[in-house]
Amino acid sequence: MSPPLVEVSAISRSYSMRSGMFGRATAVHAVDGVSLTIPKGETLGLVGESGSGKSTTGRIVLGLEPPDRGEVRFDGKPMAAPGTPAWRAQRARMQMIFQDPLGALDRRLPVATQIREPLDIHGIGTPAMRDERVRELLRAVELTPAHGARYPGALSGGQRQRIVLARALATNPDFLVCDEPVSALDVSIQAQVVNLLCDLQAQLSLTLLFISHDLRVVRQISNIVAVMYLGRIVEIGSADDLFARPEHPYTQALVSASPAPGRRSAGRIVLAGDPPNPAARPQGCAFHPRCPRAIARCASEVPALSTLSGDRQVACHLVTGAQARDAA
Amino acid sequence: MAALVNIQDLRVAFSGVPVLRGVDLALQKGEAVGLVGESGSGKSVTWLSALGLLPRQATVTGSVRLDGRELLGAPASELDQVRGGRIAMIFQDPASALNPVLTIRKQLCEALALHRDLQGNAVKAEARRLLDLVGIPDAGRRLEAYPHEFSGGQVQRIMIAMALAGNPDVLIADEPTTALDATIQAQILELLSSIRREFAMAMVLISHDLGVVAENCDRVAVMYAGRIVEQAPANQLFADPVHPYAQGLIGALPPLDGPRRRLTAIPGTVPDPAKMPDGCAFAPRCAMAAEACNLAAPPLAPIANDRVVACIRAEASRRALLGIAAE
Repeated sequence: MSPPLVEVSAISRSYSMRSGMFGRATAVHAVDGVSLTIPKGETLGLVGESGSGKSTTGRIVLGLEPPDRGEVRFDGKPMAAPGTPAWRAQRARMQMIFQDPLGALDRRLPVATQIREPLDIHGIGTPAMRDERVRELLRAVELTPAHGARYPGALSGGQRQRIVLARALATNPDFLVCDEPVSALDVSIQAQVVNLLCDLQAQLSLTLLFISHDLRVVRQISNIVAVMYLGRIVEIGSADDLFARPEHPYTQALVSASPAPGRRSAGRIVLAGDPPNPAARPQGCAFHPRCPRAIARCASEVPALSTLSGDRQVACHLVTGAQARDAA
Repeated sequence: MAALVNIQDLRVAFSGVPVLRGVDLALQKGEAVGLVGESGSGKSVTWLSALGLLPRQATVTGSVRLDGRELLGAPASELDQVRGGRIAMIFQDPASALNPVLTIRKQLCEALALHRDLQGNAVKAEARRLLDLVGIPDAGRRLEAYPHEFSGGQVQRIMIAMALAGNPDVLIADEPTTALDATIQAQILELLSSIRREFAMAMVLISHDLGVVAENCDRVAVMYAGRIVEQAPANQLFADPVHPYAQGLIGALPPLDGPRRRLTAIPGTVPDPAKMPDGCAFAPRCAMAAEACNLAAPPLAPIANDRVVACIRAEASRRALLGIAAE
């Protein structure tokens, strides 16, 4: 395996939230002790439901937000302090793509100008080289220079997401965080963008952190997949293997809830209860109130993420192997 | 068997721009029909126009019959009996469908008062029974709560309870789980199918998610650019799609198990409704397109029992497959 580009060790982040104007402030643990390693040129997929902390993890990894505890190392070095020249240089090597391309683009500027902006900001190349680079980027995302002259409003959703992608690639980054990049797109357009992302990753040997609630898309694009529940990673493993043989009861429910053409709903695991609330996290294993297999120990003791076999890690008291390791 | 709802040549134009270009669809008693297609394909407009819920600038032509009675152009008093009473509808964004300043009890009782001959305590008892039915715990107390006190999944359950208030024969569910998380989506779909069995209610499930439709419907219609392009029993459609667009949609869906393959993306984008191609609307994006495809829009033609497809190339390939090309 290639050396890691991004190493995240035990990061935590909590926000304080008030219920009502005079309510007491309570801490919301958005991310709690998450560790991840992304090898150079590989894709780590992060799945989970809303409120699981996957987007906050992405923001911390990019340095958009400092962690309360823990550390992020990029290319072997800790993240530079925000605002310093070293931080700016590092930021040019890591970029982000969001779900809503229209919100990420300025409606009053032609899109080519927006693709060029990072080159101007980071002072890359001469003005003539920058124009050439913009054309090259447009070609890379399978658009023409004519598209570059248009305004965001005159492009379709898929084309806009390509523009955002071209802009993110302008500074030749090594690392890209994609937060639900295809969730707002129709199926046929989604497939175009997913294929494009796979191609570009291979051509440019990009390292990706791919955040999505869609198991299918995540599996398609990732080498490693991590499943989050209420701010913690509950299971992590290789993309090929994880959804075929999920071990954690939550991963099993997620896979079973993902509808598949050609299969009727017989035998689907339907979880009871509401989606998790990060402001009122249950004691012990956060999943135990909804877990069909929970035992007494789950309500009191937080299960640690332990290696099951090979590259699979699971945080569950009930998964044998993980249990054996705990006892040893 | 006479269809419960029969839609024939339904056409809708917004300020002269056609968005629905001749839809034929029949719904039998108790049947679950899925409508799939991408945004702008006309899935929602079909039912909004059938129930007279479109704004004034929409021109609607064709025929929508419920038990043989024409709904298009029917007087408002008659439509009020149908909407909520015979045909109920639930939407993607349940939170905006409820009034935030009224309790759930007020809103449920309003629906009950409109569609049932119930008075006084009977109304409240029925409201409570409906909340129980859709799985809201502690229904008696929760009736006095406001919409913001419920989670997204619970609000959708309340919308389903309101839809059931009129004892409808048909439930139109327009993207009912799109805004919900995966595990909550599974709960709502489970609830819909158990209610459907219990009340022998017909359901139209509108969704962009092929998996959701495949698992929950008997029959599926695929829509593209304001027309139905293929209609088939759910299991047949997903095992053996005939229309190139249906094939494309299924190929564009990444698999969850087995080997990973490159996705077969459909090139290009959906045509602009104001600049619809002369022939088949899908021809500019179609890998199978021949010259004839650009001449006229293909009509829906039967290819097997219960299966219709609007594609001249599909018919040819199908015939070749069956070895009757010689005739």
